Amino acid sequence: MGLWIERQRNILDFTLSSLARRKGKNIALVLVYTVLVLLLASVMFFTHALRKQAVLVLQDAPAMVIQRMAAGRHDLIPRRYADAIRSVRGVSGVRGRLWGYYFDPVVSANYTLLVPERTTQEPGTIVIGEGVSRARAAFPGDILPIRGYDGQLVYLTITDVLSSTSELVSSDLMLLTEQDYRRLFNLPDGLYTDIVLDVRNSREVPTVAAKIVKLLPDTRPITRSEVLRTYDSIFDWRSGIVVVILSAALLAFVIFAWDKASGLSAEEKKEIGVLKAIGWETADVLWLKFWEGTVISLTAFLAGTALAYVHVFLTPAALFEPVLKGWSTLYPRFRLLPEIDPYQVATLFFLTVVPYTVSTVIPSWRAATIDPDAVMRS
Amino acid sequence: MIELSEIRKVFNEGKTYALTAVDGVSLSLEARKVTVLRGPSGSGKTSLLSLIGCMARPTSGRIHLEGREISSLPERFLTDIRRRTFGFIFQQFHLIKGISALENVMLPAYPLGEDHDALRKRARELLDLFGIAARADSRSEWLSGGEAQRTAIARALINDPAVIIADEPTAHLDTKLSREFMDIVARFRGQQKTIVIASHDPLVYDSPAVDRVVNMRDGRIEVSGP
Repeated sequence: MGLWIERQRNILDFTLSSLARRKGKNIALVLVYTVLVLLLASVMFFTHALRKQAVLVLQDAPAMVIQRMAAGRHDLIPRRYADAIRSVRGVSGVRGRLWGYYFDPVVSANYTLLVPERTTQEPGTIVIGEGVSRARAAFPGDILPIRGYDGQLVYLTITDVLSSTSELVSSDLMLLTEQDYRRLFNLPDGLYTDIVLDVRNSREVPTVAAKIVKLLPDTRPITRSEVLRTYDSIFDWRSGIVVVILSAALLAFVIFAWDKASGLSAEEKKEIGVLKAIGWETADVLWLKFWEGTVISLTAFLAGTALAYVHVFLTPAALFEPVLKGWSTLYPRFRLLPEIDPYQVATLFFLTVVPYTVSTVIPSWRAATIDPDAVMRS
Repeated sequence: MIELSEIRKVFNEGKTYALTAVDGVSLSLEARKVTVLRGPSGSGKTSLLSLIGCMARPTSGRIHLEGREISSLPERFLTDIRRRTFGFIFQQFHLIKGISALENVMLPAYPLGEDHDALRKRARELLDLFGIAARADSRSEWLSGGEAQRTAIARALINDPAVIIADEPTAHLDTKLSREFMDIVARFRGQQKTIVIASHDPLVYDSPAVDRVVNMRDGRIEVSGP
């Protein structure tokens, strides 16, 4: 074993000297390769971390949301629906929610309005997300005018700005009292945007959903797992778009790398002949080529992955922010919690290191099997 | 030490452009002697050297090395014999460009798994022996003809082989360097090495260091003597 390691060490040593001979070309190759890994790894880290964040956010969400449908559209739901749902066995914590959107023509942005379930807020006050605060340059103590259903401005005093740790979901949020909400949108008492509820046994969620639909045929239950699935597919779709765009760069690189790795020059073939003539086996030559491919691709993989980590988790992921976060106007400013899926890293490794190394070794195979006496005859 | 019996080497056998490079050669090479294969270009010297040095297998015939039949061994075993028993000095030296003279000398020992530092030390000693230690870290393409040749000789000696094979070693050297080379050969002989040289240079085959000259023509041996 010691002999084998020393042999590999010697071959690796020659590999490094060998690579240093074409320093400029190899450095350029590693740089291009690194940028590509950086882009791919960033997309992977970013979407995975966002997805994880969404799971964390939804952890405390109610098990089910009941919406009333009218002609296939989401409609306001009366309080009596909540009373009917309470009669379904296994259901708990049924309460009506009030929320909606507000378009702010001043900054052309959409805000999300929400009446919190438990609040100590006084009527006439409002709590805003950091995105809203940034967009409107509004801070605690300021007055925020909001146009009501009748065109009249309602003046609300900002009492707080939501912390940036929750900015992923709260960037565009405005929290106001039920009284102000109903006044702004002329919503009569007894009507809600939707109803939320909890289910004591999580395995019964589908059964409860089916019972509710049977009881109230014009409603649509949305379970927490369905919301998560939707998030998943949205992030998959978004990362898919980026990957498609990146695939052009990937293809260009594959052509470049294939040409570099597979095209053995006459000089390289001669070198292989010399190595064979002075006592190297075919396997030794293939090890040499293996290390050559591994050194290049592993360096690029490690550098690209490390840079992607910095890009996604330590900087605001500037390259992908618009397409992957996808807020309309108010881009949330937040740092994702470092969250890496080892399976994804392994996939990236097999997609980057392995093909390059293989494309380095395979073409050398033929050259490595030449008779050592070829060099005597050259 | 090396016995060749009825050796034939045909390139592209069975094709219309087949070439018989070695044709029925039987030869016995004594250990610790300097033998020169002499003959014009195309006489089969280099092909015979390749066969003796386990670089190629004969089309027919048998080669025995110290009583062991080696001509039918698979490549792996042949390679092992080649790197432990033979040291090669090529006509054009064939140093690997872009790496140092020292690394070139170390190359044949890499697959043997020797400790890297010990190997480096030994390679330096060899370069020192040939008076080019100062050029150890120079790239091989920056060496003069004489330095390149001595580097190639040091490389041939790195695994301490019993047999040294040299193919037209003076073909690219001036008279002074050619004589120097033969002095080195005489030194090898003093160290009990077996040396086989293919050459048509009188400075080589007329050298007092040579024990035996084998004349070749058209792949056959003409006269064996003295």
